[in-house]
Parts: sequence; structure tokens; C-alpha cells
Amino acid sequence: MKDNIMLSVKNLSITFGGLHAVENFNLDIRENELYGLIGPNGAGKTTIFNLLTGVYKPTTGSITLNGVNKIEGKNTIEINKMGIARTFQNIRLFNQLTVHDNVKIALQNKYRYSTISGILRLTRYRRYEALMDEEALALLKVFNLENEATMKSSNLPYGKQRKLEIARAIATNPKVLLLDEPAAGMNENETKELMNTIKLVKDKFNMTILLIEHDMKLVKGICEELTVLNFGKVLAQGPTDEVLKNKEVIKAYLGE
Amino acid sequence: MDFLTYLVSGLSLGSIYAIIALGYTMVYGIAKMLNFAHGDVLMIGAYISFVFINQLGLDPILSLLLACISCTIIGIVIERIAYKPLRGANSLSVLITAIGVSYFLQNIALLIFGANTKSYKSIVSLPPLHLFDGNLNISSESIVTILLCIIIMIALTTFINKTKMGQAMLAVSEDRSASTLMGINVNGTIAMTFAIGSFLAGIAGVLLCSAYPTLTPTTGAMPGIKAFVAAVIGGIGSIPGAFIGGLILGVLENLSKAYISAQLSDAIVFSLLIIMLLVKPSGILGKTSIEKV
Amino acid sequence: MDLLKKRQLKKFRYNLSTYLMIIIAYAIIMLLSFQGKISSLLNGLLVPFCTYSILAVSLNLVVGISGELSLGHAGFMCIGAFSSAIFTRYMKFLGVEGLYLFVIAIIIGAVSAAVFGLLIGIPVLRLKGDYLAIVTLAFGEIIKNIVNAIYLGFDEHGAHISLKNAMDLGLSDKGFIVIKGAQGITGTPHYSSFTAGVILLLIVVTIILNLINSRTGRNIKALRDNRIAAESVGISAMKYKLIAFIIASSMAGVAGVLYAHNLTTLTALPKNFGYNMSITILVFVVLGGMGKIRGSIIAAVILTLLPEMLRSLQDYRMLIYSIVLICVMIFTSAPSMKQYIEVAKSKLKHIRKSFSKSKEGI
Repeated sequence: MKDNIMLSVKNLSITFGGLHAVENFNLDIRENELYGLIGPNGAGKTTIFNLLTGVYKPTTGSITLNGVNKIEGKNTIEINKMGIARTFQNIRLFNQLTVHDNVKIALQNKYRYSTISGILRLTRYRRYEALMDEEALALLKVFNLENEATMKSSNLPYGKQRKLEIARAIATNPKVLLLDEPAAGMNENETKELMNTIKLVKDKFNMTILLIEHDMKLVKGICEELTVLNFGKVLAQGPTDEVLKNKEVIKAYLGE
Repeated sequence: MDFLTYLVSGLSLGSIYAIIALGYTMVYGIAKMLNFAHGDVLMIGAYISFVFINQLGLDPILSLLLACISCTIIGIVIERIAYKPLRGANSLSVLITAIGVSYFLQNIALLIFGANTKSYKSIVSLPPLHLFDGNLNISSESIVTILLCIIIMIALTTFINKTKMGQAMLAVSEDRSASTLMGINVNGTIAMTFAIGSFLAGIAGVLLCSAYPTLTPTTGAMPGIKAFVAAVIGGIGSIPGAFIGGLILGVLENLSKAYISAQLSDAIVFSLLIIMLLVKPSGILGKTSIEKV
Repeated sequence: MDLLKKRQLKKFRYNLSTYLMIIIAYAIIMLLSFQGKISSLLNGLLVPFCTYSILAVSLNLVVGISGELSLGHAGFMCIGAFSSAIFTRYMKFLGVEGLYLFVIAIIIGAVSAAVFGLLIGIPVLRLKGDYLAIVTLAFGEIIKNIVNAIYLGFDEHGAHISLKNAMDLGLSDKGFIVIKGAQGITGTPHYSSFTAGVILLLIVVTIILNLINSRTGRNIKALRDNRIAAESVGISAMKYKLIAFIIASSMAGVAGVLYAHNLTTLTALPKNFGYNMSITILVFVVLGGMGKIRGSIIAAVILTLLPEMLRSLQDYRMLIYSIVLICVMIFTSAPSMKQYIEVAKSKLKHIRKSFSKSKEGI
């Protein structure tokens, strides 16, 4: 199973008004792999996430999920249903809703019932609500958030907001999870805890994870393979240790 | 020749819409808000000039200038008191506040001037233009309005492109936080935008009431909404867009009044908005903006 | 699970108190009216209380829950009023009357308003930004204009419509004119009552409260809080915003039916179906609290009652409303105000803590 390519990107490019934000990007991620995407600010990392989730439409190139599903050209909603979920660089929670509701909302595709059965509170509504409550709570427990379940999500401390975002993404039951700088703004302890959480998520949910990160400790600690991006182009690609020894990469990161 | 007459008066009405639309489009582009009260500033300007001309007997041009200055002050005060505290709040709150301001101005005017229609004396006292042996009559108001609109367009475009303040406005409309980092006084720039928009509203108010000499507290409401529609059709945030949108709307309104139905002309104009939003939501000259994620 | 249970109990209590508030108020008023202790002024306001409450609650679904601004709520009310009144007035002409017709009228009003909601919602809700406000506003005005211009009559050949005048309808002598242009519809049967109003209000409130606490309602709220995040978990913005908008529109239609059958003459004036009315409803929603269903009802009733009781206030009513709108928005939404409130809250907590500590010390 380890060799099954879960996410395959070929010749992906996008241009914004003449600027090649991403150029000829190729990527293969194996199933249940933890893959890192690093590079200086403005290298196009988040743009790649936006292309993978249908926020932007690529100028050229193809994206294939699990060998069969074509992603390019689909919209965000369809892509999520096919099995890609993400978090955001600047946290985007449903601020006025509770922590528990944030996760419950992400379960909405799994436990579908009509507006009518919701209004009339039919049995389907009652059964599914109970199931959703349970499953959402179970997910929150994985992230140690169960004690904050009824708190307004905007009142959570920063680190926990990041965790909630991951929990919410996982609730959509994706095959591939995209994490956009999950450790941004965290202190060392929080980052360590986050590393453990990400590993746990990968194993427990058999998740394939693509991760954007600046924190090199985290990248070294958990990523099996890496792609380094600079000015929209791939600088180096391969197993983490090798890539980090690459002279070009060191130059791009540390300067001459 | 009837058609030409309708067309010219449509262009004149469109010019007024264009001048109002400029205020909307600049404020929307720079402060990222729909200033619902813009049409009512116009109405206040018309009342002020009415008082100066019809009751105090002042010189029309001087009255126009005084009305514009008053509008400018009102615009700045509104921005300072009602909108500035809400900078950074969600757009729904800002919009509701703007509606509150619009209502406030209308009702203040109602209390001061009463609900009775005031008949406005035109500021233009030139004879109408007769062409083609009197087959085509163009009122002097139309000529003045169209000319004034063109002058304003040229002046505003020059201001935006050639002056420091204009460039600052462009910068703020592109990226507010980056502008702050570049040392641009964002609050000052936004206040300036309101000042210019309100000054133009003053001109539009006087021109509108000169061409259609009935003045009530709700005089500004409909033209205000239509000017916003014009701004959307032309492409919100774009100055030439406001001009084109205004002219299209004015001509369409006048022609449908003449050839279809006077009562349904508003419905036709608004239908154009809905069609435009379906076909090209960014408007004729608008840019499709990319939302940052 | 304990925390969740507590939270659910809290929600349940809130919902229950909302229903109880309506039912108790109804019981008290009915009791007083049996004893003849209700002034004719108040008596005349009973149905309007229900009409405005329904309008406020339904607009709250769009503004408070869905986070979009509709300025054409009175337009949907107008659709409901006229479509249902055409039906009941024509039935009356045919000699058919009865309360069951009122039920059919309500369905007609709700469905026709919903259809218009759909037609307007589809082009507009695809867009981001303030377009819904301007388009609904335009729609409200168009509807008012058209209704004022329309002539509608029936004879043995069926329906005749004209935008010119009554003669243009070309009705046979058996014909009957239902809508006479700006004069509107006269002689609508008086089906509305306080009881009917309260029942409708209870139904509307039940639908909205149940909706809010269901999957659909949560999706709507998620879109309000963060559209991009909501789409990233597979929620279609268009679909759920449209659902909220259509439900609210059809409820405004129901309010229109209630309104139309409380009067003998139905005309479309700026006062009842114009922009003013839409703003008045918005004031109810804002003052009652965004997303707060109970608050909307309380605000609607108080703000309907107050100007009637204090006639001298009438002239200043809209002026006061406008100031209320501005002030409430600045105090609840301005970032600096929010900070003040947060600081004040934490200070209060601090004081409380130190207070309880000093108690412990003793």
C-alpha cells in the first residue's frame, strides 16, 4: 500500500497578470506519506494549496487524486467531497459558533439530511444529530479539545484554534490533508505538541498529509519527503535529509 | 428628431448619474464600503443651494459653490462620526450604518424643510439651443450638465494620475495595510475621498434640480440608487466605468420612458442591473479581483 | 458529553421561553379582551403585532443568521399580500367565503413570495459583497411600481391584465375588476385575527428555531462566519444562502397575507410596502439583536406600540430609528468598542475574583 500514489501533480502552472506564480510544478505523494513543502515567502506554496483545492484554476497542468480522480477544473466543494481537505495560513474558523459546532459542520457531508427533516425534526434528524454529536466529540478528544467543546471558537487560544482547524478538516473524512503553516505563531512546546498531533493524525486516520512549514525543526522531525519551492519553481525534491543538504536549498534559505 | 431629443436629454440625465456614481465608485474602491447616504448628501446640497438662490437671492454660481462646500463638510463629518469607528468591522454593520445615515439625512431634511415639494429655480439662465430649424431643441441645462460632467471626468482623472494624493488613493484602494506600511495616511486618504465624492454630490444635486425642478427630502434617494447601479454596470471602482455606466443608464431610462412606459422605466433600469450581474458581475470596465486566501 | 448536554439544555430553554413568551402574551391579551379591558387602540394593533413580528423574525434569518442584507423585505410582503388578496377577493366575488380559503391564501402568498425570492436570489447570491442589498431594494421598488400600475379583471373568458387603465381590460359586462391600478384591491374579506396571527407567528418561529439548530442552519451560519472555510468543508454558498433567502421571503409573504386580510382596502403605498417599511423591519432586527429570534419579536412589538402610544413621537419616529441604527451598529460592531467591552469585561471579572478572594480570606 505504501507505494500507491495518492496525489499526483503534473506540469502545474498558473499565471497572474503575466507573473508566473507557479511554473511546471510536479509532485507525487504516496499514500500515508507526510510530505513537506517549503520555500521562502512568496515562493508560491499557498498558491499550490489554492490550486489543489480549486480556489484558483490552473493555467495548465493536471492534478490526480488516488490515480483516478481528476481535480483540476473542479470547484472547492467538489474537491472536498472527492477527498482533499485543508487548513489556512491565517486561521479561518466559524468564529461565532462553538468549537463543537465547527467540527459538526464539517461532518455535514457524511450525515446528510434534508432541510425539511431538520425543520420537522424527523427521525433522520434525531438519529444523525446524535451520531454527529458523538463523532465530533470523539474527534475533539483526539485533539484534547473536548473541555472547550461548548466554547465560542474565537475565544480559544491561538494554538488550540490551529488544532481545531485540523480537526475540522479531518471531519470531512479526506484522503489527503493539506496543512498550511500549522506551527505559525506557536512556541516551542506548542510546536512539539503539534508534531505529535500530526503524527497521530497520520497514523490514526491513515492520512496522506502535505504540509507547508517554515519551522525547520518540525519539517526535519516529521516530514518523510520534501519539495523546496523558490519563485514558483521547484528547487529540490526528495527525501528530507538529502534535500536539506542540497547546496541550492541552503543558498536559497541562508543566502550566499 | 424626437429620438435625438430624447437621446440628448438622456445623455444629460446620464451625466448627472455619472457625477453621482463617481462618489460611489471612489468610496467603494478606496473605503471598500457602499455609502448608501451618498444620494442624500446630494439632496442636502440641493436644499442648501435652494435656500441660497430662491430665498436669499444669491448668485447661482456662488450658491453652487457654497452648496458644494457644505456637502464636502457634511461628507467629512459623516465619515468621521459614523463610518470611521466601523473601519475593520464586517461589511454588514457598515452597510446598516450607512442606511442609518441615509435615513437620518432624509428625516432631518423632512423636519427642517417639510414634506412639501419645493419648486427649484434653475441655475442656468441661458436660452435653449434650437437646431435643424427648431426640430431639435436642447435645453441649456442639458448642455451645461454634459459639459460639466466631461470637465469633472478629465479633472478627476488628472488628479488621480498626476497628484500625490491621487496616487495615495490608488494605493489605498489596492492594499490598505501595505499603504499604511508605505507611510500613506490611510485615514486622511479616505476622508479626502469622501470630501471629493460629497463635493461632486453637491454639483449633481444642483444640476439634477435644475433639470428636474422638484425638491423633496427623498429627491436624492432614487438618483442615488440609480447612480450606484450605474457604478456597478460600469465596473465598481473604475472612474471611466462610472462615466460610461451613468450615460448608459440615463439614455436607457429616458428612451424607455419615451417609448415603453413611464411607470415601468425604473423597472427596466433595474432589470439591466440584474442582467449585468448575471453576465459580467465585475461590470464593463471592472477588474475581476482575486480573493486572497 | 456533559458539556454538550448543558448546552443543549440551554438552547432548549431559550426556545421554550420564546414559545412561552408568545403563548403567555396571547393568553393575557385574550383574557383581558374577554373582560373588555382592551382599548380599541390596542385592539387594532394586535394583528399588526403578529405581522411585524413575522417580518422581523424572517428578516433576522437573512440578516442575522445568513449575514446578507435584504432591503426588499416589504416587497416580498407586497407579493404575498396581493397574490393572496386576488384569490380571496375573486372567491368572494364568486360567492365563496370561509376560513379554509384563508389557509389556501396563506399558501398562495408564501409560495408566490418564495418564487420571487428564488428569481432574485439566483443571480445575486452568486456574488460576494453588498449586491443583495441594492438588488432587493430595487426589486422592492419595482414591485411597488408594477402593483400600482396594474389592472386585473376576470370575466367568463378568464383573466385580463392591463398596465393602462380599467377600460383597456376589455371585460364583458359579467366581468369584475380585482385590482384597480393605484386604488388597489377593495373589499378583501376580513379573515385575519389575533389568534390566526399568533398561530402563524408560532409556526414561523418554530420553523426558524428548528432550522437554526439543524444541519442546514449550521451551514448557513458557517457561510456567514467564513465563506472560504465553509466551502473548503464542502458547503455550497449559493445553495444555503438561497435556502435562507427563500424561506425568509416566503415568510414575509405570509406576513403580507395576514396584513392584506386585516384591511378592507389593499393599496401599495410607500408607507406599507415601500423602502420605509423594509427599513423599519431592519430596525426591529438590529435593535432586537442580530440572530436573536426572541429579541426580534420583542423589538417589533415595542416599536409598533410606542409610536402609537406617544403620538407626538410620530414625526420623529424615523429620525429616531435612523439614530438607533447608527448607534447600535457603532456600539456593537466597531472594533474599538469591542475592545472596550472586552477590557471592561475582564476588569469586571478581576474585581469579582478579588472580591471573592477577599471573602475567602475572611
